[in-house]
Amino acid sequence: MTTRTIAEARSASAYIGVLVAALLGLGIVMLTGHVQADALHAAAHDIRHANGFPCH
Amino acid sequence: MLGRILTSGLIAGAVAGLCAAVLQLLFVQPVLLHAELYESGELVHFGATSGPVGRPEFGLDPVRDGLSVIFSMLTYAGYALILVALMALAEGRDAEISARNGMLWGVAGFVSVLLAPAFSLAPEVPGVAAADILPRQVWWFATVFAAGASMWLLAFGRSWLAWGAVIVLLLAPHVVGAPEPDSFSGPAPTELGALFATRVLGVGLVAWVFLGLLSAALWSGDGERAS
Repeated sequence: MTTRTIAEARSASAYIGVLVAALLGLGIVMLTGHVQADALHAAAHDIRHANGFPCH
Repeated sequence: MLGRILTSGLIAGAVAGLCAAVLQLLFVQPVLLHAELYESGELVHFGATSGPVGRPEFGLDPVRDGLSVIFSMLTYAGYALILVALMALAEGRDAEISARNGMLWGVAGFVSVLLAPAFSLAPEVPGVAAADILPRQVWWFATVFAAGASMWLLAFGRSWLAWGAVIVLLLAPHVVGAPEPDSFSGPAPTELGALFATRVLGVGLVAWVFLGLLSAALWSGDGERAS
């Protein structure tokens, strides 16, 4: 493996890390802020209002 | 890389979310509880039976407020994972990340997820009229993505084309307009609605600046140790 291909492989794995973390973050915000399931909505109600998410 | 993003993001998000929750319980929740008295019809603000303000006494509800704290920490952890992932991306493109400029990252995050959508879809206190939930959510996400992209271009754009795109991305959602209710028939007084919206934005700005500071401090601190 040349230095260049190692650097490219590292950079690819860095991009995958960035993507996975961002998608995980987005998933969490979807669950806490936007999914309309009754139990989730009831538990997160005040926080949804207090963070400016569309609610009800 | 992924491990470092997760560690920095989860710690920064949990701490900033806890601070946000405390500020919200002190300044936002009392307005929300007051508005709920109008939403339920216990208080009426207009017409022949209009009575005194009837502010509820300050108090904490362990279960309800405990859930709020947990969900606030989770929400900010989600935001922090996205924020730190973007910091990692920027650092890979030779941007310097420090606790000091992390506060600017926080302001950019605040503009993206709170100020930009609030400009046309004000944070809603319970008991105000609103359009159907799905179109509002679609508009909210489109606006947040457009504002987030514009913040990135504002910070890292190198051409007039990029800066032109910033203006278009920031204006377009508001020119199109957010979904509006058919009639303004909500029972909550406008005084409470206005106070609620400004307090949500005020607490949000503080929480986001803190989130940016913490995320950048943890991320860059980890970087120094790793190298």
